[in-house]
Amino acid sequence: MSSYLLSLAIWVPIMGALMVFAAGSNKNLARWTALGVALAGFIVTVPLYLGFDMSEAGMQFVEQRAWIPRFNIEYLLGVDGISMLFLLLNSFITIIVVIAGWQVIEDKVAQYLGAFLIMSGLMNGIFSALDAVLFYVFFEASLIPMYIIIGVWGGHNRVYAAFKFFLYTLLGSLLMLIALIYLFLSSGGSFNLLEWHQLRIDMTPQILIFLAFLVAFAVKVPMWPVHTWLPDAHVEAPTGGSVVLAAIMLKLGAYGFLRFSLPIAPDASHYLAPMMIALSLIAVIYIGFVALVQTDMKKLIAYSSISHMGFVTLGFFIFNQIGVEGALVQMISHGFISAAMFLCVGVMYDRMHSRNIADYGGVVNTMPKFAAFFMLFAMANAGLPATSGFVGEFMVILGAIKFNFWVGFAAATTLILGAAYTLWMYKRVIFGEVANSHVAELADINSREFLFLALLAFCVLAMGIYPYPFTEVMHASVDNLLKHVAVSKL
Amino acid sequence: MKMLYLIVPFAPLLGAIIAGFFGRAIGRVGAHVVTILGVTISFLASLVILQDVMAGNTFNGDLYTWLESGGLSLKIGFLIDQLTVVMMVVVTFVSLMVHIYTIGYMAHDEDNWPAGSLAGTNSYQRFFAYISLFTFSMLMLVMSNNFVQLFFGWEAVGLVSYLLIGFWSNRPTAIYANLKAFLVNRVGDFGFLLGIGLIAAYAGSLDYATVFGMSKELATITESVTGWPLITAICIGLFIGAMGKSAQFPLHVWLPDSMEGPTPISALIHAATMVTAGIFMVARMSPLFELSDTALSFVIVIGAITTLFMALIAIVQTDIKRVVAYSTLSQLGYMTMALGASAYSVAIFHLMTHAFFKAVLFLGAGSVIIAMHHEQDMRKMGGLRKYLPITYATMLIGAIANAGLPPFAGFFSKDSIIMAVQASQIPGATFAYVCALAAVFIGGLYSFRLIFFTFHGKERFREQAHDAHHGHGHHGVHVPHESPKVVTVPLILLSIPAIASGWLIGSFLYGSWFGDAIYISATHAGMAQLQAAFTGVFGMLAHGVVTLPFWLALAGAVTAWFLYIKRPDLPAVIKRKSGVLATILEEKYGFDKFNDWFFAGGARGLGRGLWKAGDQMLIDGVAVNGTARLVGWFSSVVRLIQSGHIYQYAFSMIIGVFVLLTLWLNRA
Repeated sequence: MSSYLLSLAIWVPIMGALMVFAAGSNKNLARWTALGVALAGFIVTVPLYLGFDMSEAGMQFVEQRAWIPRFNIEYLLGVDGISMLFLLLNSFITIIVVIAGWQVIEDKVAQYLGAFLIMSGLMNGIFSALDAVLFYVFFEASLIPMYIIIGVWGGHNRVYAAFKFFLYTLLGSLLMLIALIYLFLSSGGSFNLLEWHQLRIDMTPQILIFLAFLVAFAVKVPMWPVHTWLPDAHVEAPTGGSVVLAAIMLKLGAYGFLRFSLPIAPDASHYLAPMMIALSLIAVIYIGFVALVQTDMKKLIAYSSISHMGFVTLGFFIFNQIGVEGALVQMISHGFISAAMFLCVGVMYDRMHSRNIADYGGVVNTMPKFAAFFMLFAMANAGLPATSGFVGEFMVILGAIKFNFWVGFAAATTLILGAAYTLWMYKRVIFGEVANSHVAELADINSREFLFLALLAFCVLAMGIYPYPFTEVMHASVDNLLKHVAVSKL
Repeated sequence: MKMLYLIVPFAPLLGAIIAGFFGRAIGRVGAHVVTILGVTISFLASLVILQDVMAGNTFNGDLYTWLESGGLSLKIGFLIDQLTVVMMVVVTFVSLMVHIYTIGYMAHDEDNWPAGSLAGTNSYQRFFAYISLFTFSMLMLVMSNNFVQLFFGWEAVGLVSYLLIGFWSNRPTAIYANLKAFLVNRVGDFGFLLGIGLIAAYAGSLDYATVFGMSKELATITESVTGWPLITAICIGLFIGAMGKSAQFPLHVWLPDSMEGPTPISALIHAATMVTAGIFMVARMSPLFELSDTALSFVIVIGAITTLFMALIAIVQTDIKRVVAYSTLSQLGYMTMALGASAYSVAIFHLMTHAFFKAVLFLGAGSVIIAMHHEQDMRKMGGLRKYLPITYATMLIGAIANAGLPPFAGFFSKDSIIMAVQASQIPGATFAYVCALAAVFIGGLYSFRLIFFTFHGKERFREQAHDAHHGHGHHGVHVPHESPKVVTVPLILLSIPAIASGWLIGSFLYGSWFGDAIYISATHAGMAQLQAAFTGVFGMLAHGVVTLPFWLALAGAVTAWFLYIKRPDLPAVIKRKSGVLATILEEKYGFDKFNDWFFAGGARGLGRGLWKAGDQMLIDGVAVNGTARLVGWFSSVVRLIQSGHIYQYAFSMIIGVFVLLTLWLNRA
């Protein structure tokens, strides 16, 4: 029964998108169809969690079929404790995005929603593909809907941002393609990732492979210094686009490190770990300072995303269990929090048509319910305990201190920086006297907005108060990965 | 019994949830009834637990596993022992008094909000929800049996403090103060987290009992990367956290500004309970701190500096709440000194007496502020004792206790601290002893200055009538009158322990009260000396009046009388004569200006620099757009070749053929 689940997770949203397109000009029909599809897409991922065997370190729910037999390319799917939760997160965020775009998008509704559903399916494909070509196809294909979303429904400077996004990420993935072909050849004609994990590779090619993957994944994460596309993309993207970008797309790169770089090139990973840690810490600290002085709310949250993703890459490259699991927790938590933060900005933008902090002030006087939600998410963004934002950071900091005190020291500065940029923005936007007549006329959130904010608030709190179920499923796979990485392949 | 442990924190939480989420539905009365009920239940349950602990029943158990990873099992659980239960009773009692008091203090809160502000509707209910939420957080903090939950509570009380300092969010000073408070606390938490991280890394557990059980081993380890003695690094890290939360120099800067919050929370959070969390934490960690003399030295010196230098500022403040705030800082310094002198039980004892008398002072100040229609400047008060007799009497009790005069509570605890510091052999103890003595004199001075300035002397508020002060100044003098019963009853109830709680000293310090909850190394003999010298409450009283601290405190009080009653013209003269000194004190040693300039300004400058020079110029300008320009330039060059003229193509083909031919012919 379970062997079709991953295919369903991929194809239900994509096929559903065709139904949404078919609804065409009837906006409401398109919306309800999209919601139905998104819900169905989420429901088919739930058994992945419920039926997950936590003692099993390897792949589960495996589907294997020949695809292009001539090159040994297979339709090979499977998830383990590392990837499984991301399918749920992705499908959940898709529901949120559909609800969030309900009254906001009035132009080409069916195409907008369809694009998100297709993207959702593709990203489930990325997280479950175990064949390199299949992975690559999903990885590249997912660029297209995002490119369109930014380019069509984006802001004034959308074309520049869309191009920057597309070229930046495409450039990275071309090098990855070379690495994939090299691995295909050296493995004697296999694209099976799990077989690649067992491949013996010399140090020099390992380093080159690692670097090729690094370029592709670092751009996606994004790591410093290849991060500058992200603020531009976020600023121009419609709210839903920012949500998916931050919540899911950024995770693809980080996931790539765990699925490709670490297991395929473990010696190179160890050798280059100091560089990776340095880049991660730069992301945490440098970007933290940059976030502080942003005047545009979306840019600020975009920079904050980069800073938080620095924790993810840091957690991976300190090679201890609490670090890697903390990084995974941070990825999921960031999915909730960044989504919520961008939605909060979206809620204000829909009313004021401005993202400038300076145009706001005293919003709590007119939107108290909204202010309460925003407070929760801001605190989560600042890593307050009992929110999900704390768990991952805490674990990574613990892991980092265990690894090297000074690395932990540098990472822990986020406690101060994260609070500074988030709460300073909150103060200027929400607190204070009503800044102008536009703020005075703001209406508080409606029930639709309440719904998606409350859903995310529940997730943020639940994961903060009881993260055990999230890490429980990771242990076997992460442990296995770390053992694998500890063995040299030379 | 386990059920009862759960009730203590969760009854206030339930109250907070009901008042917070259903505030509009249940109305004002509903909100204060439900929260007061929650805290009352919590208080009564704490009393039952107190009795149970006195009977010798302590508890250490887990509630649920929060997280497991990498061999670390992090749980949520309770440790109920003598130390915990003291905190539980103090917290719930003061909290209950403050809840009741708030009914009166916040009765007209709608006046504090601009017309039409939706944040102003239900602000009364919200306030109750916050203080109940605070009570929950504080209880979770003190009842924790592990470092994770401790950190949870630690940050949660910080959050509520942030929300309450900025409660009147339309006031620019309030939202400046709350951000400052949160960030300065985060600096402390930074150290705290590093300390916890080191414990996790080397002990492999964050459970108190396990970690304390390993403390002797930890003391022999050298931190591998830094080369520091591990136990010292851990303790100093943890203590930096305490410096933030308990407002020790130089992280004290947030506390005076926190007075922007409504007065009930100044009493509850910024005097009686939250700010003492750091003191409690260090006492709880005595098995670790006892093993590092370096850390203890650090603690005692920081405490000494805080005690003396914050007391000095209190002398020049004119805002009634700020005087009390600086006095709180100084008193927290005393507690910290006691910790450094290994007199943990004395620190907790002073924490308890201070909670009572400082709550009285703050709530009394609040009562004065209500009577003065939200005027906080003492220069505009004077002679109020006729109009506010109950407030006057209770504040006088608070002030005497604060000055450490017998037989009130503060005398016993403060005197014990001074004796403990005197007896301590830790490096820095002598310096601390000098600071402590100087601060006793100053404590007497500022405490009675507050009383004389506010309640005695000329009725300066009458002069305000001429200024046509907003609202009520037009029709002659507004004569202040005593606050309602919901305000005065808590004052009276709190002033009872402010007088009498010191008499518990015998069993508290020198009996077996704390049992195993506090550990003192055999090398730190100060407490043992004190115990040997202790001759009972009356003995201490009799002895007290012939010792230096008593006369110093009395001298302070008399000085205050001379300056503010006998010769009220003198302070201005002194201030003029002292010139720079007065300015330094009024500028609070310049910390605020420096922090604003260096840290806040510096961080913004650095951020702007990195953004403009790094992201925009180098990465985007040179690398990204440079690549694009390079591609553009290259293609513009290449484009020249593709001219479309056949003769050019033919010509280049011919050249090519020649070149290839030449190469081919020459290959041999």
